[in-house]
Amino acid sequence: MSAEPLVRQFLLNNYLFTDREDALGNDDSLLQKGIVDSTGMMELIAFLEDQFGIRIDDAEMVPENLDSVNNIVAFLNRKQTDRNVQTAG
Amino acid sequence: MCAIAGVLNLLGESVSPPRLMDMIAAVRHRGPDGTGIHVQGPMGLVHARLSIIDLAGGAQPIHNEDRSIWVILNGEIFNYLELRAELETKGHRFYTRSDTEVLVHLYEEHGRDFIHRLNGQFAIALWDDSARKLLLVRDRIGITPLYYHRSSSELVFGSEIKALLAGGVPARPNLRGIDQVFSWWAPLAPDTVFEDIQELPPGEWLEADQRGVRGGRYWDFDFPEPGDFTVAPESQLAEELRGLLHEAVRIRLRADVPVGAYLSGGLDSSIIACLVHQHADVRLCTFSIGFETEHLDEAPYQQAVVHDLGTRHARIECAGGTIADALADTIWHTEAPVLRTAPAPMRLLSGFARSNGFKVVLTGEGADEVFGGYDLFKEDKVRRFWATRPDSAFRPLLLRRLYPYLDINAQGQSYLQAFFGQGLDAPDSPWFSHLPRWSTTSQCKQFFSEDVSQALASEPPAEERLLQRLPNSFARWHPLNRAQYLESKLLLPGYLLSSQGDRMLMANAVEGRFPYLDHHVINFAAQLPPRLKLRVLTEKYLLKRALQGRLPKPVLSRHKQPYRAPDIAAFVKANPECLELMAPALVRDYGYFDARKVEHLMRKAMTGKAVGHRDNMAFIGILTTQIWHRRFIATPAHKQMLGDSDHVTKETRHVG
Repeated sequence: MSAEPLVRQFLLNNYLFTDREDALGNDDSLLQKGIVDSTGMMELIAFLEDQFGIRIDDAEMVPENLDSVNNIVAFLNRKQTDRNVQTAG
Repeated sequence: MCAIAGVLNLLGESVSPPRLMDMIAAVRHRGPDGTGIHVQGPMGLVHARLSIIDLAGGAQPIHNEDRSIWVILNGEIFNYLELRAELETKGHRFYTRSDTEVLVHLYEEHGRDFIHRLNGQFAIALWDDSARKLLLVRDRIGITPLYYHRSSSELVFGSEIKALLAGGVPARPNLRGIDQVFSWWAPLAPDTVFEDIQELPPGEWLEADQRGVRGGRYWDFDFPEPGDFTVAPESQLAEELRGLLHEAVRIRLRADVPVGAYLSGGLDSSIIACLVHQHADVRLCTFSIGFETEHLDEAPYQQAVVHDLGTRHARIECAGGTIADALADTIWHTEAPVLRTAPAPMRLLSGFARSNGFKVVLTGEGADEVFGGYDLFKEDKVRRFWATRPDSAFRPLLLRRLYPYLDINAQGQSYLQAFFGQGLDAPDSPWFSHLPRWSTTSQCKQFFSEDVSQALASEPPAEERLLQRLPNSFARWHPLNRAQYLESKLLLPGYLLSSQGDRMLMANAVEGRFPYLDHHVINFAAQLPPRLKLRVLTEKYLLKRALQGRLPKPVLSRHKQPYRAPDIAAFVKANPECLELMAPALVRDYGYFDARKVEHLMRKAMTGKAVGHRDNMAFIGILTTQIWHRRFIATPAHKQMLGDSDHVTKETRHVG
């Protein structure tokens, strides 16, 4: 299953407190729009680690990986690919 | 402190004494020691007394020699002994020993300008029968509250809004005031969260007679033009400041009842305890709050001061459940929604001080505004430094120095930058210092219902009202002075001195006194060069220097810890009755918030997942708005609970 709907639902329910899909665009910056603050980011990271069984290192906690739905999904895909490569290797 | 209330009928019709008695009954918690009333045709004054000076003879209203001037006072005139001596040499005769009596004679001497002679905290209503004129005055800083309602036929006033409601003024919500709470933490006077009920702004007067009602400002914080700051050696200024603080404390110990002190363990209250200790001829009693949450509790610092000064110390432990249970009654006293539970423990603390036999406490409130103590001032400095080179990678690293207690890793740094980077492109904005705080607070408005959002969209932005109230010289002031001014006009009177100060103290008939808010101290500090307040990123530099060697070292060198109480955390286990007000049906019924969004927030909160500032502010803001609406708007005035009912009125006096 694609990560996108799960990530979107988490962000909508926990930061925008709504079910309205149009409240969040996939390229909206979570930081610039004030959707997530620094404590909110910790919640997001805990969610991603729990939900997708990954571990996010300090160095990976940067806006390029986490600042929008698309960034998060791309980041999750990279993590998944890395894991597959490691498993295959 | 006491309570005052009154009515002036602008059409010349008589005022009903029972109505005045209803008004004062609603605020009797502030003055349980006696009631006095004076009615003269279209004008009525009523007073509930908390006796502190001249216990036997200070009943109010008080009049002058020929009974042509009458006054009621809520508060204290600390320099009354000096004023009295001066007035006696001019031939004025006194019939009490109280501080209130100087007001009528000073008025005889100076007319309305008598206000400038007062050093104190006060809300005054004075009736000049010869001129058939009513004068209302509020202290310079906003320590003592005063509200009024004006219609075409009358002016109704009182120390708290509930006095006005008991006097027949309708309770209707003012969305603009509520919007200000969710922008700045408190409404900006004269706005309140009630429609057609105004707060007399600090430092202002209001005059009413048959010709109408007019007002004006008699005092304001006044900072120097660039280049006009005080020039003197630091050691001399430190000495001068020490002298001013000693004097501010000395005159605030004037009372015919024991005076104690609140001790948070922070620098400001520790200094006050230290100064009181030097003046008092009996062992000082100090009072503190304790929290079970370790990072909110300040016990080691409190103990250091207690040990150093040898005070008799008492501490009240505030568990999360206690705070949750206390919130609903706390909102009865704040009379407005709040974004933190922090007022609730302050109410429990005043009850604790009172049960220990204290009616008066000195506190450290105001030092951060006057001497530059808040982190916000440092943030402003770093952000301004950063704004001159917005692309600099190095400059924002200074933000780490502001929050040494935060574990700032790569992501923390990114988010700190995003947060504090707001407004970097507008360094000339009058609100530059406050943009990050206001924008975080305003995010709570995403919970407003569609109707409320639409109604507010047709109002001018809140900042416009603030802009109208800024002094002409504001834009020329040093950035630190501008930030100090905004703090001193918004959060200080609107929240810290009211919701967290006067209201919580007076809920249990305890008077707070604030030496840092002595206007001589304020005027001195305003003229200081900014580097003597914020030395690089060290806060309250001159204050620390002035008291060096007089306080335990850990207290003097500790990093500032803001006073906080558990917010959502207090509710997760406790589940107090007031949480029923968050049910979707009631949220929809009251109409302020989007019920679906509140449901999401409740779910997040009750599963312990809402840990951020914004979620906490939103949760407490929504809950207290619901409580406020239930208590004040949805319940008719005659059925509203009239505060603590266990105080016994010992004396009722009718005059005139």
